Amino acid sequence: MNLFGDALAWITDGAHWGGPGGIDHRVVQHLLVTFAAVALAAVLALPLGILIGHTGRGRLVVVALAGAVRAVPTLGLLTLLGLALGIGIQAPLIALVALAFPSLLAGAYAGIEAADRGAVDAARAVGMSEWQLVTRVEIPLGADVILGGIRAATLQVVATATLAAYISDTGLGRYLFSGLKSRQYDQMLAGALLVAALALVLDLTMAALQRASRPTTRKVPS
Amino acid sequence: MGIEFRDVGKTYPDGTVAVTGFSCTVPSHRTLALVGTSGSGKTTLMRMVNRMVEPTTGSVLIDGRDVRELDKVALRRSIGYVPQAGGLLPHRRVVDNVATVPVLTGTPRRAARDAALALLERVGIDPALGRRYPAQLSGGQQQRVAVARALAAEPNILLMDEPFGAVDPIVRRGLQDQLLQLQAELGKTIVLVTHDIDEAFRLGDEVVILRTGGIVAQTGTPKEIVAAPADEFVRDFIGADRAERALRTVDVDGRSVVVDGDGRPVGVLE
Ligand SMILES: Nc1ncnc2c1ncn2[C@@H]1O[C@H](COP(=O)(O)OP(=O)(O)OP(=O)(O)O)[C@@H](O)[C@H]1O
Ligand SMILES: [Mg+2]
Repeated sequence: MNLFGDALAWITDGAHWGGPGGIDHRVVQHLLVTFAAVALAAVLALPLGILIGHTGRGRLVVVALAGAVRAVPTLGLLTLLGLALGIGIQAPLIALVALAFPSLLAGAYAGIEAADRGAVDAARAVGMSEWQLVTRVEIPLGADVILGGIRAATLQVVATATLAAYISDTGLGRYLFSGLKSRQYDQMLAGALLVAALALVLDLTMAALQRASRPTTRKVPS
Repeated sequence: MGIEFRDVGKTYPDGTVAVTGFSCTVPSHRTLALVGTSGSGKTTLMRMVNRMVEPTTGSVLIDGRDVRELDKVALRRSIGYVPQAGGLLPHRRVVDNVATVPVLTGTPRRAARDAALALLERVGIDPALGRRYPAQLSGGQQQRVAVARALAAEPNILLMDEPFGAVDPIVRRGLQDQLLQLQAELGKTIVLVTHDIDEAFRLGDEVVILRTGGIVAQTGTPKEIVAAPADEFVRDFIGADRAERALRTVDVDGRSVVVDGDGRPVGVLE
């Protein structure tokens, strides 16, 4: 427990806050990398997943592809990308986008497919256009599952964003890598604790969002 | 003019023949009841009118125009539709469900809601229930809401797929009476699907009895069908041999009392 105490002391040490290498700065960086990766992946995966869920077409191909992407080890991909693109944030960002993609895609098409078919059919029959069906019926009814995908992806990315420090001086991972190298284990554990705390806070926030999005089908009217 | 089915057929992509060579005309302001056993193609036929199903042969005409020439979305908005099982949007309040089509066609939300509340009242739903979500209503109430939604765009044509399927016989009877009353006021052209022959006879001006494969067993007014069932299938389907269909009169103190096949009194002949 001594090391644990040391790590906490390290975190609460005012000298490690503020400035370009400070904890606050790195937390913000870590969050920015996480959001950027999830947002970029979402821009690609959500429309594709919604399209697949809505049309029921292309599912097998895309699901197989996403499975293949999922099987690629992130560290391996990061190393390859790092060799190709050099030091910097591009390589980790691309690797994290690849990591987030399958969960987002699966959440999107599963959410759309899960929308009550009877309601969708009736909405089409009373004259909603396909676009209106997607935006006014399928997405609201599938929001819970779609957000579940975003939540899973965010959790994976925030934990794995630690690897960004592997080839760029970005995020909380830096404490782990440099702590390991210089045998400053209090700093290393502090880095790990910070990542874990960040992941927990993000996940709880997403869970609350997900709950709030649940269709209010059974809520007693106020 | 009304609706004309001109030699329509439907074979689904998996090879299921749902309808073959069906022809029928529904005059304006009249009700056509499609009855038949499960899987006889009733829903398929009805959904051809609003192009939810495209016939593989033949064509459907509304007031003389082939529906294929019309824009699908506009066509559907102009036709009231009551699906087989309510089909309300679970994430929208009852009043907003009813206002769906008017809002889609550009009626301001406020005005559409007011009209929706009036319609709810009209189909016998307390407007106070408008704030609820569909899951908070009973099956019978949901079906009324679905009818109100179908009426909201003031369509000339109403398509109703077993609209009272999910309710007990007493409630069903009440809903049928209500529909008859509404129809007397509104005079829509209605295609009604049911598997209940008594419902078809009560609500339909013209009744089509279908057998599997969408083949017509008999077409006619309820009276014509009761008077002369075309064949054994129709006799069986309408229960021609059931006690309550085999009425006769007996003389009681100079009055003609109508009794059923079991001899139970039904009423007095005027
Ligand atoms: N989308 C579809 N693809 C393939 N076959 C279908 C499809 N829809 C309906 N069918 C088939 O077509 C036939 C007629 O179906 P339809 O739904 O029109 O019957 P129905 O008379 O409305 O039956 P029910 O009283 O059970 O509602 C059935 O054999 C059914 O299985
Ligand atoms: Mg049916």
